[in-house]
Amino acid sequence: MSGPTGQLLCVAGLTARAADRTLIDAVTFDVAAAGTTVLLGRNGAGKTTTMRAILGLAPTAGAVTGAVTLDGEPIHHLPTHARIRRGLGYVPEDRRVFPALTVAENLRLAEQSGIRPRYDLVYDLFPELSARAGQRAGTLSGGQQQMVAIGRALLRDNRLLLIDEPTKGLAPRVVTQVAAALERIATSVPILLVEQNLAVVRRLAGDVIVLTDGHLAYTGTTTQLLQEPGLTRSLLGVATSATATGAPS
Amino acid sequence: MSTLVLLTVTGLGLGALYFLVASGLSLVFGLADVLNFAHGLFLSVGAYAAWWATGRSGGTTVSGLAVALAFGAAAGTAAAVAVERIMIRPLYGRPAHQILATVGLSLAGVAAVQAAWGTDARSFRQPASTRNVWHIAGAAVPANRLVLIACAGIVLAALAALLRYSRFGLVVRAGVHDREMVTALGIDVRTSFTLVFALAGAAAGLAGGLGGIYFGAVSPDQGSALLIFAIIVVVVGGLGSITGTAVAAAAIGLFQQYVNYYALGLGDVCVIAVLAAVLLARRERVAGRVLA
Repeated sequence: MSGPTGQLLCVAGLTARAADRTLIDAVTFDVAAAGTTVLLGRNGAGKTTTMRAILGLAPTAGAVTGAVTLDGEPIHHLPTHARIRRGLGYVPEDRRVFPALTVAENLRLAEQSGIRPRYDLVYDLFPELSARAGQRAGTLSGGQQQMVAIGRALLRDNRLLLIDEPTKGLAPRVVTQVAAALERIATSVPILLVEQNLAVVRRLAGDVIVLTDGHLAYTGTTTQLLQEPGLTRSLLGVATSATATGAPS
Repeated sequence: MSTLVLLTVTGLGLGALYFLVASGLSLVFGLADVLNFAHGLFLSVGAYAAWWATGRSGGTTVSGLAVALAFGAAAGTAAAVAVERIMIRPLYGRPAHQILATVGLSLAGVAAVQAAWGTDARSFRQPASTRNVWHIAGAAVPANRLVLIACAGIVLAALAALLRYSRFGLVVRAGVHDREMVTALGIDVRTSFTLVFALAGAAAGLAGGLGGIYFGAVSPDQGSALLIFAIIVVVVGGLGSITGTAVAAAAIGLFQQYVNYYALGLGDVCVIAVLAAVLLARRERVAGRVLA
C-alpha cells in the first residue's frame, strides 16, 4: 500500500542541526513503494544524518525539524520506537549488534509482541545464523554481524527498510552475498539504502537521491546518474564507467 | 587463623551490604545513564521502614524480622518508583540536571529523616538467633554476617536469572551496551527504566534493613555513607555489570576489613586509594559515560 502519488515515504524540509552547525538543510524527497531507492553523496554529505532523522534519532545535543510521512501518515512527531512499530526497519551503519548477546538473543530482541517473527525468512536468507545461534555476536566476523543486523530488521513485517552502508568494511566475497540478499529482500520490501559501493548501487537501485553538503542535489534514476560521468564526478567525486565498482573517494 | 576467618566473614558481610546498594546503582546507571546520588535515600527509607516494622511485627522473632526486611524493601521500591516518575523522568538526557536534583534530594532526605526521628541512631531490634555467634574454624562469627551474605547471594542469583532469562533482562543487557539501538528495534526503553529503578529501590531498601542488623542501629546518614562505597564498587566492578559488581563488592569489603585490622584502621582511606587508581586507569571510559 502507498500514498496517493505512489510514494511510500515522503520527507519534506528535513533539517538537522547540532552544535550551531546545520547537518542537513531542508531536505525533501520521496521514496517509492517498491524497489530500492539509494541515498548517495560524498562522505559527510548528510546521508546517515538524513536516515537517522527519518527515524527520530536526533544528533547529539541537536534538533531535527521537518515532516516525515509514511503511507500518508505523519510520523515525525513520534518517538523512534513508535516509528519502528509503524513499519520502519533499520539496519544501522557499522551493524551495531549487541556483542555480549548471542545471535539468537540479538534476533529475539527484535521480536514484537503479537506479531509472528519471520525466522523462516531470516534463516532462509542467512542459514549461517541458525548454525551460530548460540554464539556471542561480538565474536562473529563483520559479514556475519551484518547478517545479524539485517536479520533483526527482517523479523518484523516492515513497510520500508532503511539500510545504512551494509557493505562497508566487508570482504568482496561477502559484499556479493550481502548484495544478493538485499536484492532478494527488495522484491518484497521497499528499501531506502545508503551505499558507497557503486557496483552494489548499480545492481540494486532504481531511484537515486544525491546529497551534497547537507542539501538535496539530485533526484532521478540510478541509470541516468551513472550514465553521466560529469554528473557523478561533480556530485560524488568519482568517475564512472559501465564496469565501475569502486566507492567514491 | 580464627582472626582471619572472622575478618573474612565480616568483610564478606560488609561486601554483601555494598553489593545490595551498588547493584541497583549499577543497573540504573548502566541502562538509564542516571548517576543517582539519591540512591542512598532509598536505603534510608528501607532502613527506617524496617526499623519501624520491627517495633510492630515483633522484630525479635525470625518471622518478624523477615516481615520487617520485606517491608523495608517494599518501602525502598515505592520511594525509588516515585523518585523516577516524579523527579528523574523529566530529566532524562540532562545529566547535569540529574546530578543537581539527586544531590539536592539526598540532602533533603537526610534532613527529613532527622526531622522525623532525630539525629541520633536508633537501636535496631533483632532476634536472638541473629545476635548469636557461630563457631567456624575456631572463630566466633556473628550470625547476622551470615544472614547478610545469604541475602546478598539470593539477590545476586535472582538478578542474574532475571537478566539472563527474561525479556526485560534481555532489554537491560542490550540497553546497557547500546540503548539507542534497542530503541531502533522498536522497544520503548523508558518503560524499563521504572522497573530498573524499582529493582534498585528494593535492593537498597533491603540493604537498609540488613544494615540495621549489621550495625545494630539505623541512622539518618547511613544511606549517604554506604552510597560512597557503593559508587566505588560500581566504578571498580564495571558500570552495568551485576557479576562485576558482586565481585568488586566482596573484594572491597574484604580489603577494607583486612586493612582496618592489619594497618591501624586505614581501610576506608585505602579503599578511596583503590578508587583513585581505578579512575586513573579507566579515566577515559568512566568520564565518557558520566559526561555523555
